[in-house]
Amino acid sequence: MRRPDVVEATEAVLCRAQISLPGWVVRLIENALRRERNEIARYHLEAILNNIRIAESDARPVCQDTGLPVFRVEIGERCSLDFDLWEAIAEGVRMATGKGMLRPNVVDPLSRSNTGDNTGPGMPCLIVDHVTGESLRITAFPKGAGSENMSFLGMLNPADDPFEYILKNLAERVSNACPPVFVGIGMGGTFDQAAALAKRAIMGVPGESEEELLLLERINGLGIGPMGLGGDTTALGVRIERAFCHTASLPVAVNLQCWANRRATARVTEDGWSIE
Amino acid sequence: MEHRVRSPLSEMDVSRLSAGDIVWLSGTVYTARDKAHQRLGEVKFDLRGGVIYHCGPLIRDTTVVSAGPTSSVRLARYLPQVLDLGVRCIIGKGGMPGAAELLRGRAVYLAYPGGCGAAAARSLSVRGVSLPELGMAEAVWQLEATDLGPMVVAIDSHGRDLYREVRESAEKHLKR
Repeated sequence: MRRPDVVEATEAVLCRAQISLPGWVVRLIENALRRERNEIARYHLEAILNNIRIAESDARPVCQDTGLPVFRVEIGERCSLDFDLWEAIAEGVRMATGKGMLRPNVVDPLSRSNTGDNTGPGMPCLIVDHVTGESLRITAFPKGAGSENMSFLGMLNPADDPFEYILKNLAERVSNACPPVFVGIGMGGTFDQAAALAKRAIMGVPGESEEELLLLERINGLGIGPMGLGGDTTALGVRIERAFCHTASLPVAVNLQCWANRRATARVTEDGWSIE
Repeated sequence: MEHRVRSPLSEMDVSRLSAGDIVWLSGTVYTARDKAHQRLGEVKFDLRGGVIYHCGPLIRDTTVVSAGPTSSVRLARYLPQVLDLGVRCIIGKGGMPGAAELLRGRAVYLAYPGGCGAAAARSLSVRGVSLPELGMAEAVWQLEATDLGPMVVAIDSHGRDLYREVRESAEKHLKR
């Protein structure tokens, strides 16, 4: 596999994710608008759909918070990489930033000095999976701070009701996460596993289990609405990922994603790369 | 009710806006977020009657590419100083706890739909910049707005705060 293909594919998926939302995300917002009864909420949902159309037609980022560069990387077992994959993806991020498609967002956590190119130690953030096959799949999930800042994690008592915990915290926090949101929940495992599962939940599509649908209904029953100004549409989907945990603990992590649920995927093979 | 307003704003302009109204704004707006609020005294623009936009825009050369609002909650602590500079209008998202009492009789808070940076950028052009050393997202950009909107009057100058009303109603719902 050629390094320049990985660099180019990274730049391409990161730019594409900024401009164009997946069709299923747009359809969830359109469906929400059909059901929404609150007038201010309808104004907001219409503005959001209009914004999605403008971003696509002008080829400009949907949101000025072009996020942190987060990627899921699926490495096929027969894929041969004779270069530093992280460094190649970082170069793709720097190229996308240089094209003016990304706002420079990445800073040192203490000095707050901005690197200017959206990379730095630990950033880009790669979530790596080893899969079958011979290709490399790169999915960009640019993650904005508004919804990331409102995410939360609790080491609950096993006797606690995790859904009550989630609802109470969402009621306090979700209006700052640019609702309508997607709610990714990691349940069980260790402290760090719960957070990682919540991130993976956000990277999936909304779930349709009884628990997920009931929680979605209860969140929307809060009436917080788009941008926290009231309405029927607070969340567009819920997904729960779980791991077995210690008999003494119940870790629960909730990662929020605003309506701009950006993502794009490319596949890199020995012969080159293409957007999926 | 829908309003078209132009900055700088007078006390009367602000007083006419009630919570739940829709506003389209033209005229000058100034972006400011965390770092700019820490250095408000150094901003070279006259903010009397002015509009502060909680926004860290994406700008390419001197073109606004994407420029939606950032979360206002982080900036709530600076509100008294901002109002003392004569600011009459704040644009942001998510609201500011405790703002309703401070804004009373003085200023108004407008909610621009969060995440709608592409649409906002079409209504904004760059006129100038202060504190450019803070970087693209944190500098104070002087922008000319043409019918920026639709924005919702979320906290008016008469003490009404839609966020507070929605949150209180959600808390009541949780206790049921």
